[in-house]
Amino acid sequence: MLAYIAKRLLAAIPVLFGLSIIVFGIMALIPGDTATAILGAYATPENVARVNRELGLDRTLPEQYWVWITNVLQGDFGRSYNLNRPVLDEILERYSATLVLAGVSLVLCSIFGLLAGIVSAVRQFGWADRIITFFVLIGISMPAFWLGLLLILLFAVQWRILPASGMFAVYGGGDFMDLLRHLILPAVTLAVVATGVIARLTRASMLEVLRQDFVRTARAKGLSERKVIYAHAFKAAFVNVIPVIGIQAGFVLGGAVYVETVFQWPGIGAMLVNAISTRDILLVQGGVLLVAASYVLFNLVADVCQALLDPRLKT
Amino acid sequence: MKILLRGVALAVLLAAAPAVAQTPPNVLVVGQIAEPQTLDPQVATAVNDFRIAVNIYDGLVRYADGTLEVEPALATDWEISEDGLTYTFNLREGVTFHDGTPFNAEAVKFNFDRMLDENHPYYDTGPFPLSFNFAAVDSVNVIDEFTVEFVLSEPYAPFLSNLAYPTGLIVSPAAVEQYGEDYGRNPVGTGPYRFIEWQSNTRVVAEANPDYWDGAPNLEAVVFRPITDANTRVAEMLSGGIDVMVEVPPDNVDQFASDAAFEVYEQAGPHVWYVMLNAQHGPFTDKLVRQAANYAVNKEALVEDILQGTATVADSPVAPAFNWAYNEGLEPYPYDPAMAEELLAEAGVENPSVTFYVTEGGSGMLDPITMGTAIQADLEAVGFDVAIETYEWNTFLGIVNPGLGEDADMAEMAWMTNDPDVLPYLTLRTDAWPEAGGFNSSYYSNPEVDELLEAARVETDIVERGNLYKAMQEIVYEDAPWIFVANWKQNAVTSAAVEGFALQPSFLLELADVSKP
Repeated sequence: MLAYIAKRLLAAIPVLFGLSIIVFGIMALIPGDTATAILGAYATPENVARVNRELGLDRTLPEQYWVWITNVLQGDFGRSYNLNRPVLDEILERYSATLVLAGVSLVLCSIFGLLAGIVSAVRQFGWADRIITFFVLIGISMPAFWLGLLLILLFAVQWRILPASGMFAVYGGGDFMDLLRHLILPAVTLAVVATGVIARLTRASMLEVLRQDFVRTARAKGLSERKVIYAHAFKAAFVNVIPVIGIQAGFVLGGAVYVETVFQWPGIGAMLVNAISTRDILLVQGGVLLVAASYVLFNLVADVCQALLDPRLKT
Repeated sequence: MKILLRGVALAVLLAAAPAVAQTPPNVLVVGQIAEPQTLDPQVATAVNDFRIAVNIYDGLVRYADGTLEVEPALATDWEISEDGLTYTFNLREGVTFHDGTPFNAEAVKFNFDRMLDENHPYYDTGPFPLSFNFAAVDSVNVIDEFTVEFVLSEPYAPFLSNLAYPTGLIVSPAAVEQYGEDYGRNPVGTGPYRFIEWQSNTRVVAEANPDYWDGAPNLEAVVFRPITDANTRVAEMLSGGIDVMVEVPPDNVDQFASDAAFEVYEQAGPHVWYVMLNAQHGPFTDKLVRQAANYAVNKEALVEDILQGTATVADSPVAPAFNWAYNEGLEPYPYDPAMAEELLAEAGVENPSVTFYVTEGGSGMLDPITMGTAIQADLEAVGFDVAIETYEWNTFLGIVNPGLGEDADMAEMAWMTNDPDVLPYLTLRTDAWPEAGGFNSSYYSNPEVDELLEAARVETDIVERGNLYKAMQEIVYEDAPWIFVANWKQNAVTSAAVEGFALQPSFLLELADVSKP
């Protein structure tokens, strides 16, 4: 197992390396440059040249990339032009906010997705199944940013029972309850789509398992229906759902981009949007690298969990 | 599973139970449009950052309330030498920075040397993108503890206005030495509020400076919150999560105006939105055709319908916000298609076909595509044949700034400036043609205008200077090198509890006199 994990981690290195080149290339290709973004209305050719020189952007692309990658390998991610602070400080701070949001969302969508899927499968074609399938379809189809705005209008503007945006109260606050109150709307928004996906897959997987011999055997042994479903069938079906939860973890991280923007959550998604629009290459590079690394890691964790739970997948 | 579910439900109830508290009394929460980039005023370039900086810092001079006229701040008074080259400032005594560093002539020298002298030990805390505002400064000399002298390399009348601009705000030298390149996140000034903390993408908190030389503020603290999504910003305002919101989307202004719980503010600023007309190639080389274009475009409709009242009609390269330099005698070209047709006939031009560069959006460009389309329709109504070419902002600047040449006849443009000199000096002089490094991309040239602008630049008496600009505006109005379109109004909404709030023509957000009991 350890050898497997090590192999997977090694395989991630070229992925991250290639990704950094692609992102660097894309940032160089999209129109607009950093100096113009910084200078705005004052972007005279002379000023642009001066700022570029000060930022080291007058060098060739391969040169810039080389400087960046050698620094990164030594743990130096550079300074953000735009935020005037080290990239690493910024991405770690923002990443922790995203992890809180994405983590809670993942827990929510796993619990509700699995439950909905099980109920749906057990009551196949029953009214519960129909209702769940209906809502799952709506959840999957609804754009997250739109749902987020609706929730804000309802809970913050209309009823005034939850804050509209942010992570903590702006003055004072900062305790756990404060965080929780700010977390509910964005976490639910972010969880909705993933819940739908997990519910669908759980349903399909459960339906398949419920038809298998060992379930019939369990029932024949006289086990209670609850025990048959949760202790036997679900355990088998769950193995198939784990990798999807792993993928959803990555999806939730990616989806955080919209949700963080709508809810002004100080996470890495909102940071990336801003960094791209201001051509803050170093910040984009650092942020994308971190998100990609987490994505690889989540999938690895999911695969390892699956292997541990399913004896047939032992490597 | 059930226990888990119950737990979640309980947590939701607990969290939601207390109704959301309004912002605390005596704390003003300002909804900003974006995360600040830096609170080092000499590094900052964005209005969004200036809104915070002007409350933490002071400059030697500042804009008087409600105007763009300069008045004393950290300098109590000043003298300008006969030749306009030496400015001697007497500094306010007994002022200290928030970190306890005394404010004196050495501190002033440190600030300007840091920005202008490449050999200064803290020059590397830059870059200082707007340092060209002080490019005319040759040296800064300490005369005594509270007297400082600026020697310019050439007479440059906008110098005082530039000192009032945020780039001229004075930072604590000790803090720069302490924080180095991280100074921008640890700002220390002499202003009405002192910086407390900056949490990324969450808030910047500044608390009242009880020792402020101009009287301690009424508020206990100001909190600046970045809320990039306009819909969320509006929702926060409606739900009471913020007390002040700037840059309200036009669609939402009416909603706030009709609700007694809110107060809407508007203020025209030093902004001009215009369409430059190619005076070197094509039909617009004829003054009559340029005038015809000015008559043909329905500017009232542009401002009221497209910009939804967030701007006023322009008639000059000097924005009316520069009250001392703007020529009150001018009236916008009226909307008169018949007159336009007449002028075209007089010029002997029939169905001139022109190319119109339009941008997708950009600094101060308001709603450029819709505006461009409406202008096209108005011009076509009197016989022009207008082909629009649309470009992304940076590409647009890349093709417009080097000059329209023979490729285009007209292009949209907008400028926001801090002195009436800047826009005409850079865009209307003969010596400002692109080849000479200026922004006169449509090659307007009138020796009289050149002379007036050069004279205004070296005239240090503000009344005389104003007269020179007024004379210049009359000529430019007649020559019509542009279609004068709009002056943007800045807007803001506050909750009704906020008192003493005002928007400034400088577009800066001065909060020293605001209270919220």
